[in-house]
Amino acid sequence: MEVELKEMLHDLESLKQSLPDPSHRASIDKLRLRVEQLTSLEKSGPAQRLKVKDMSAEVVDSNPYSRLMALQRMGIVENYERIREFSVAIVGIGGVGSVAAEMLTRCGIGRLLLYDYDKVELANMNRLFFRPEQVNMTKTDAAVQTLSDINPDVVLESYTMNITTVQGFETFVSSLKNKSFRPNKEGSGVDLVLSCVDNYEARMAVNQACNEMNQTWMESGVSEDAVSGHIQLLIPGETACFACAPPLVVASGIDERTLKREGVCAASLPTTMGVVAGLLVQNTLKFLLNFGQVSPYLGYNSLKDYFPTMEMKPNPQCSNVACLERQQEYIVAKPARDAALKAKMEAEALLVPDCPLHADNEWSISVVDDSGLDSMDAASSDTLPEGLVRELPSADKSQELPTSEAPLTSNDDLEDLRRQLEALNS
Amino acid sequence: MEGWDPNTKSTLTQIPLLTTKAGPRDGAVWTQRLKEEYKSLIAYTQMNKSNDNDWFRISASNPEGTRWTGKCWYVHNLLKYEFDLQFDIPVTYPSTAPELELPQLDGKTQKMYRGGKICLTVHFKPLWAKNCPRFGIAHALCLGLAPWLAAEVPILVDSGMIKHKDDATTSTET
Ligand SMILES: [Zn+2]
Repeated sequence: MEVELKEMLHDLESLKQSLPDPSHRASIDKLRLRVEQLTSLEKSGPAQRLKVKDMSAEVVDSNPYSRLMALQRMGIVENYERIREFSVAIVGIGGVGSVAAEMLTRCGIGRLLLYDYDKVELANMNRLFFRPEQVNMTKTDAAVQTLSDINPDVVLESYTMNITTVQGFETFVSSLKNKSFRPNKEGSGVDLVLSCVDNYEARMAVNQACNEMNQTWMESGVSEDAVSGHIQLLIPGETACFACAPPLVVASGIDERTLKREGVCAASLPTTMGVVAGLLVQNTLKFLLNFGQVSPYLGYNSLKDYFPTMEMKPNPQCSNVACLERQQEYIVAKPARDAALKAKMEAEALLVPDCPLHADNEWSISVVDDSGLDSMDAASSDTLPEGLVRELPSADKSQELPTSEAPLTSNDDLEDLRRQLEALNS
Repeated sequence: MEGWDPNTKSTLTQIPLLTTKAGPRDGAVWTQRLKEEYKSLIAYTQMNKSNDNDWFRISASNPEGTRWTGKCWYVHNLLKYEFDLQFDIPVTYPSTAPELELPQLDGKTQKMYRGGKICLTVHFKPLWAKNCPRFGIAHALCLGLAPWLAAEVPILVDSGMIKHKDDATTSTET
């Protein structure tokens, strides 16, 4: 642009010189002035910021990380710069996922993996993040466009696909396993998976992948009536998985029967989604940077401004095979876990001076679990904390429907059956 | 079965139930499940034909039986409206139901998610969850697609969003 404007100025000058009639010179000068104005506008226009090598704590207006590094100076976070080592996968780049991605990008996260199969449309404009000029772009590509402008230090990977299909699921799992960003990392290639999808099917697919990979993840959701939401931490084997019990959602307090659903699938508000994204990323930062208390479940009822919390133990009868395997591993590893915790506490005790600076021991860690949260078994439904309800019923063990025929037992040939159906279809 | 019309209810009870709990990543057990799916679909199709209520064609479009394509139709004011039907068997099947898609109607009705996935009633998912793994593709069509077509096609026709194929030269449907 700048070069073209310069050429234009040059052309105007030649034109002026070659004109025999001086009466046109004034209008050419006017044109030249306007080109010069455009040139200076172009020069002062948006400039991409360069990548930075180290996170500096220096408080100058050109340092994008000064206010974040201040968390470290204030003693909230021990080592903020570690955030650059972390990879977070975000599944679903909609009203919650896109905002979560922007928050993590602004926090200087090391790497983000973004998954969605949808395109941006005008109907999304009541939510945050996407802009009207991005309509028809895939959500993942549009997100990469915006996020790389905001913070070029973040490594961004865009996966445009549906993770619930067999092929999409395989790509999803292999992308999570890829360790090229930090080859010496233990476990998978990501530190955390955030589920920001809007349907049960996709959540179950994330749950399946994370149970198989022993991958810690966080689930988030906003109700279809847009007035409540929740976040949940899922550690395979240690906490209930998403299939251990029917999903737990925050009761809006509205009688379901009075809720008018005719003619619409779902409502949405930028406020509820923004709040849930904020809760989700706050929990993510606490989990990754090891500060504060990571919430196992936090609900949000916007009509009453009520935030129920709880925690859920895994269901020993969970229908998910991988979940049962992780539960078994967790039980087997208990002695080692207890010994490690004990050693850590003893080491910490040695560091404490004889005369403690903080006399109160109120917040110290203890070996026994006394987090004070409502703790429950995933399978039980009668002990739900106030304000939480089950979204779906459990699978019946008995036959709910009377059926005239005996259940199908098939020793038949698959090809033969396929032909039978084709014959009926023709 | 609160919230279902008696017709859907009685049809549903006649579709053979399945027993094998297996998804498309479960190897030989999935093949077993696939056989049950075929038997159930065959029985349902036969039943529809004998009741003079034939309303869909569906067949697996890959050897693994994870992608299905076909047609479904609905008669409104004596005219037949036909649509392409497609869906994938999700990796977490049968814990989660297949998401039925009518791609030609994408963007034409509010009762649809992106990509032409039909928006099911509040009654569908609870009933599916309760009956896992006994419900299969045939049950999803009976409980999900049939009531959707019955509710939405008349609205789409009356509002002019879709036209019958013989109706006008400008017709874009079927
Ligand atoms: Zn489980």
